[in-house]
Amino acid sequence: MREIITSRGDGEQITLTPDELRKDIVAGTEEAAKKGKIDALSAEEIDHMVDIFSQPGRTVSVEPGKEVVVTDDGAGLMPSWGRPSAGHAIPISDHQALLMYERVYCGDTVGLGFPDYSYKPVKSAIGYARSHYKAISMLTTIPLIYGSQPNMGMYYHPSGPVESPSDYLSKFEFDKAKEVQEQAAAHMKRDIMDVAESLYEVGCEAMNLDTTGSAGDADFWGCLNVVEEMKEKMPDMPVEMGMAGEMVMGLHGELTYKGERLAGMFPHKQIQAAEKAGVDIFGIAVNSDTGKSTPYNLSRTVTFTKAASEAASIPIHANSGMGVCGMPMTLLPPIGCSTRCAKALVEIGKADGL
Amino acid sequence: MGGVRTSGDLVAWMQLTKRMKIEQAKAYVAQKLDMNVRDLTNETVMNRVREAKGLSSVIPDHVEYAGIAAKSKIAKLLDITIHSVDLYEKHMNG
Repeated sequence: MREIITSRGDGEQITLTPDELRKDIVAGTEEAAKKGKIDALSAEEIDHMVDIFSQPGRTVSVEPGKEVVVTDDGAGLMPSWGRPSAGHAIPISDHQALLMYERVYCGDTVGLGFPDYSYKPVKSAIGYARSHYKAISMLTTIPLIYGSQPNMGMYYHPSGPVESPSDYLSKFEFDKAKEVQEQAAAHMKRDIMDVAESLYEVGCEAMNLDTTGSAGDADFWGCLNVVEEMKEKMPDMPVEMGMAGEMVMGLHGELTYKGERLAGMFPHKQIQAAEKAGVDIFGIAVNSDTGKSTPYNLSRTVTFTKAASEAASIPIHANSGMGVCGMPMTLLPPIGCSTRCAKALVEIGKADGL
Repeated sequence: MGGVRTSGDLVAWMQLTKRMKIEQAKAYVAQKLDMNVRDLTNETVMNRVREAKGLSSVIPDHVEYAGIAAKSKIAKLLDITIHSVDLYEKHMNG
């Protein structure tokens, strides 16, 4: 019996028998269906996933005609040593790295962002962001998307202006905990809007709110409201919104958007809220379990992605990267997993991009 | 899809500006280029199309069309608004 080589969610290589492979895929889709109260994959779709993992090649690809486009969270900048992590430590500028991404790697779009990738620090270095954006957008042909994280957690003490809700939650002072979260959301909204308006003045082609909801439902709430404001004032600037995880954490618990409670929302509900706010491309994020196999993690992701794709009419891009959307949580994701994730997310999950 | 090597940027523009899902975006771009959808990822065909229409590509000879000039042509071809192009034209003519 041929063994299937794949990886665990922590990146370690593992082997599965065909029976174990099928069992993991079934367990993954059933877990997602139960958690999200959505349909599990059909028997035919499970067979398709088994086939994707059973293909003998080290990498796989979609069938001709099924190709999709990609957006990113600064992938094009990675070669440049201008990153806080030094990227790949190649002594080239962001400008050079992005043009390489367009004309050498041939990305469909390219993301630009400030080295400290959150809207709060961008605001204090807006001149840098504007001059970079303007200069690069004169040279690029593919869409140049300015990305940053809303990262509402940055507005809490000790580095931010608002008291931390955890100080109040630990004392069971829930009303005060809710109040400070709403204050933080207001600060975050103002910063995102200021950055958006400043970049719009220099011709910004699109913006990305990346890792939305990382500080819970108040973070998501603030982002939905600011997108609505952005689209009202700058309707010709598209907005992409990528999520932080598969479920919106209810740290506040009572916030709603257009009548829907945000806490506990799964992707098929998140995308509906995003569409109502005016988001143009929605990025789904489903968490990987480092102790489970990639077939299990991918099966969960594909189940959530398919439900989200059917729930709204805007395009959906699966955030298939380190630790999300089926991918192992490791710095160097195995290519056998990344290509299998991409194929399944597009062919079964009906993602419009990655 | 291959970006400027094929037609990935054109399809991406349609997703961003018109909220089109992938099949609809591909069909729209193919119709505007007067070609079939399958050829959108055919490097040989798309190389000729991009050169003829001045849409930039990875070929050095086509770089003269790159950047804001190519984006201006793309906006007209696809009948979409690209804000950087609009602003540039406003500065040129204002």
